Amino acid sequence: MTRTAAELAEQATSRILADLGRARRGVVVDSPPGAGKSTLVVRAAAGLAAAGEAVMVAAQTNEQVDDLTDRLAAASPALAVGRLAASDYAPPARVTRHRQVRLSTQLAGLAGCPVVLSTAHKWATVRAGETWPWAIIDEAYQMRSDLLLRVAGLFGRALFVGDPGQLDPFSVVQTERWTGLSWDPMQSAVAVLLRHNPDLPVHALPVSWRLPAAAAPVVAEAFYPFTGFRAATGPGERRVSFRTASFGRNAVDRAVETAAAHGWALYELPGRHAVRTDAEAVAACAALAARVVQRGALSHSERSPAGAPVTAGRVAVGTAHRDQVQAVRAALAADGVHGVTVDTANRLQGREFDIVVVLHPLSGRRDATAFHLEAGRLCVLVTRHRHACIVVARAGIPELLDAQPSAEPVHLNVPVRFPDGWEAHQAMMAHLSQWKVRAP
Amino acid sequence: MSTLTSLARAVAVAAGTAQRTCTVRHVHVGARPLVFVPLALAGEAGAPLAAMAGADPQAPTLLVVAEPRDRDQRFAFAADLAAVVLRYVEGYLAAEEDTPGREQATRYADAPQLLVPNPAGIAFTRLLGRSTRFRRTEGPYAVPASVPLLGRWLTFFAERAESPASSLMLAATDMLAAHWATGQSPVEDLNLGALLGWIDPPPGMSGAQAAAMAEDPVRCPPAGPATDPTFDNEVLDQRMLAVRTARLAGDGRAYERARAALAEALATQLRPTWALMWRAVALLRGLPGGEHVRARWDADKDAFTWHARHVAAGGPPQPRRDGAVAAARRLAGLERVQEMVAAQRAFDDPLVMAEHRLAGEAFAGTVTAAEPDRVDRGGPRAVLRPRITVETGDEPRADRGATFTSPARPGQQARIVAVTAAGGRTRIVLELRGGMGRSLTPQPGSVPAVGESVSYAAFGDGYQPAPAFPAPEDTPWTHGGPPAPYVPSDEEAREDWS
Repeated sequence: MTRTAAELAEQATSRILADLGRARRGVVVDSPPGAGKSTLVVRAAAGLAAAGEAVMVAAQTNEQVDDLTDRLAAASPALAVGRLAASDYAPPARVTRHRQVRLSTQLAGLAGCPVVLSTAHKWATVRAGETWPWAIIDEAYQMRSDLLLRVAGLFGRALFVGDPGQLDPFSVVQTERWTGLSWDPMQSAVAVLLRHNPDLPVHALPVSWRLPAAAAPVVAEAFYPFTGFRAATGPGERRVSFRTASFGRNAVDRAVETAAAHGWALYELPGRHAVRTDAEAVAACAALAARVVQRGALSHSERSPAGAPVTAGRVAVGTAHRDQVQAVRAALAADGVHGVTVDTANRLQGREFDIVVVLHPLSGRRDATAFHLEAGRLCVLVTRHRHACIVVARAGIPELLDAQPSAEPVHLNVPVRFPDGWEAHQAMMAHLSQWKVRAP
Repeated sequence: MSTLTSLARAVAVAAGTAQRTCTVRHVHVGARPLVFVPLALAGEAGAPLAAMAGADPQAPTLLVVAEPRDRDQRFAFAADLAAVVLRYVEGYLAAEEDTPGREQATRYADAPQLLVPNPAGIAFTRLLGRSTRFRRTEGPYAVPASVPLLGRWLTFFAERAESPASSLMLAATDMLAAHWATGQSPVEDLNLGALLGWIDPPPGMSGAQAAAMAEDPVRCPPAGPATDPTFDNEVLDQRMLAVRTARLAGDGRAYERARAALAEALATQLRPTWALMWRAVALLRGLPGGEHVRARWDADKDAFTWHARHVAAGGPPQPRRDGAVAAARRLAGLERVQEMVAAQRAFDDPLVMAEHRLAGEAFAGTVTAAEPDRVDRGGPRAVLRPRITVETGDEPRADRGATFTSPARPGQQARIVAVTAAGGRTRIVLELRGGMGRSLTPQPGSVPAVGESVSYAAFGDGYQPAPAFPAPEDTPWTHGGPPAPYVPSDEEAREDWS
């Protein structure tokens, strides 16, 4: 390795910031999971403000905006930061602790702030008066293009940042009316932007700070086949140890230990067609998450070489459906384990944990629908962890995939999306099969 | 498929007959709908072969295209269909009524309604509209003026059919499947004959038997637009060949005979579906209408009035495709309408509400305590904030701070203050705001009383303002910039596939 990860990342960031100065319309930055997207947004906003340009920053949820506000205020203590919000918004402590942050429900109340942050939905209600020279759109791949249409009149040039591998935005309306149109409102903001402006420079961040060395190459190959990325840490730098030994050695303990040693484990239940809230799979997810906490796992990393306890708050269970979330939460509560995050892939986007248990979207299914095959869903689930990921699945997923090649209709004038969900699932299963633990 | 629908399907299998999944009818069925049963030629996109249309069950109009590959005959068919459809639509352009809530505005007192057998019938109508609405009435391939007008009306109906709130154009299989659960799969429900067999089997026969019988294409020909392939090969092919031979031979009498034979053969394919369509109409009329159906039909009347006046004022036909702003605006409209209709269906129908209760999105129970005169003096001025406690056996996903709405008091918001478990049941404390009058004492009946049975849902059918979009001429650079101004041209009638 000739250059360290930090040097590589710094070089990429400087190139992006330099490109901003030359951009005629804007710059797109693709960011793999945990690659320092927020750091880039904060540096770009502070840099543009320092150069005397007013910047509007749009993220997709209040949570994301609050995070950015906090980090921007901490990084530039002298900068006046405006936080535009709806009238029913209650600012959290991490925003109110910065005295330089001004809150308002109206843009007029934030006059004089060189940087104003809000959600894209709130920005869409602002009347276009004078335009902002610059906008930074965060999580732009999770934004629908019709929302971009509503805010794009507010700015001249823009930096779009997002993770192309995650879940596409969706609509409750099922229609093919606009399929193939370059401005299809159901597409992501970046997809529509790039179809109309194919000459926009597209950069990629090269280093994931979150994913361990065991995960980055696997995820990069399955979900980011063209750009790729590497982990910031080398093999062995992230470890998990346990403060207690197992009592006996059942399958749950073996799965937890496999994941601790190799970063991955596949907890395989006997093959069977099951309902969505498969009781055995739900129980296995809850038991694995509980076991990690009960065994007193310690995570050793560049942040805490001596080991930090993996508390319940650092463990998550991810599923495809909301009823599965309910079932796993109920099972954990029955075991007396509290504080473990259980949620769907959609809601886990953008979050980070030490150890994540995943209920495989195809587990126990008879068919592989487009929803369950979507590459973004699996990508979100297997990229939330800093240390280890345990996948719970019934046997037979590779066979299910082989029996059901993707049969989605191909539409004219629609760019083919890579990676294909079917291929991504095959790649992940091929890798996970090395770390298989069979449940009785 | 929800839990309750799955159960209803299982019960239907066991009982041998379809089960109601709704207690009321959620669509409008007009007094005089126009039933339209189209047939298309296999292998030719959008080529009409025959159609049966009319508003009188006893007197359908049969239209036949002897040579569907001949575009002159195709547009002659369109002109014949226009005579039926336009005369029917014009029947609604007379009586007007005041539009409530808008001063000095009137709308037509009723609107036409187009019924087709299945969703493929809607898709065919859309294609037929697209292929006719840009036709020119002069120059090469000129058509009668009624043809492009028919295209505009068919396009209007097909576009309204995309909205779940609209009853202007409906497919019979959609309507029936929305109100009954059968013992067959949703794909099999697309067969109108089989679906009606489950819902309304002939005497002495179970639904499953009647449905199996409807699968015989001789007894029950497909409801179109696709025809039965065996009929195509064994009957249609010969009779079309006879018409062609007679035409090429210049034998007028033989041509008329062959044409009549072809028309009769096609009529045998259409008549059974025609009868099924009116049976479906009668079955739906037998259900009581839901409370919000009338308000949704009023919106349909507004849309009909708008389009009729747009056509009368010489406005342009619907564009071939939506521009960036039009597409985003339409999607926003569809999303709002879909949410509104889902809530209205639940509020109108306890059986639909039960599905939401099972999913944890609603609960029903009894009021066990009430503080109707509770006043909150914590803010700048005192406000009326009564609290009630509801005990329920449901298991709602009720988080503190979430807002619920009751079908009985849709203008009132209920915020969850506390949730406690009480011996297998759940006690939920709700704080009410709105819909109680202006003073600090609530109007009688506006706060649920102790002992009252209530239900609350996590969704409401309240009005939401439409989001603001830029004007089409202000389309931003991210979406391709402002579109070129629209100039109608002959080129528009040309399709890649025509």
